[in-house]
Amino acid sequence: MLEFATALILLAMFMALLSAIFGKTVYDKILAVNIFGTVTVLFIAVFGFMKERPEFLDIAMVYALINFVATIAILKFFEYGDMGRGSSLPDDVDI
Amino acid sequence: MSVIFVNVVLLLFLVITALAINQQRNLFAAVMMSGIYSLICASLFVCLDAVDVAFTEAAVGAGIATILFLGTLAVTSYEEKRVVKVHFTSLFLVFICGGLLIYGLSDIPAFGEHSNPVQTYLADAYVNTSFEVIGVPNLVTSVLASFRGFDTLGETTVIFTAGISVLMLLGRGKPKGQSVVQEEIK
Repeated sequence: MLEFATALILLAMFMALLSAIFGKTVYDKILAVNIFGTVTVLFIAVFGFMKERPEFLDIAMVYALINFVATIAILKFFEYGDMGRGSSLPDDVDI
Repeated sequence: MSVIFVNVVLLLFLVITALAINQQRNLFAAVMMSGIYSLICASLFVCLDAVDVAFTEAAVGAGIATILFLGTLAVTSYEEKRVVKVHFTSLFLVFICGGLLIYGLSDIPAFGEHSNPVQTYLADAYVNTSFEVIGVPNLVTSVLASFRGFDTLGETTVIFTAGISVLMLLGRGKPKGQSVVQEEIK
């Protein structure tokens, strides 16, 4: 049963990969990366149960958080053209 | 059996993604696909029971590296310049490096073998003697920070240097014109 679920998740990964490769617009690719992250979370969860180590679930949850942050950063990049540092305050400090 | 199947499929995905990144001329799409690449890598590490490495790969590869790439894209162009000429010297060097790496693989013991050093005496030695030798109650800390201290120091140095150089490359652009606060002072 869990093997079947893993196989289906791998299939979903492959379809997300195809969408990232052959997607026409940039938004298709962003969506594909996001879907791929979600499918990775599912994969780690199911794989943990398949190997009888369900404590992998914690890691899967942290993956979900990372995926969310990355998507927000990408969308912010689209909105502002950079990482959104455009503050109007004086900024004499250089790295 | 099923684990081997999963490993093979994931490695296949890695190859497909790498080839697709190589063919991609739009840099933004390439960045997106490198994020996918590191997610596949992380899944593969989970399959190999290296959950901590997988975690680092997901945080650094899919998270930070993607964001740094995007920040770099903000100051360069979106399209890669098309290079038609094939550099045979580089191709030759790449094949030599790859061949050396594969040759080096033959010396590595098989994954999960009973007779590997880590299974025979190393883990026992860490568990039994680490408190007497190092004096730190936490086993993981004593292994990471003392037995493998130079290794950890090298890793952190490399990551720190990489972070600093990326920040220096990106810089912070000079503010355009005068800022609001300076105008208010006038």
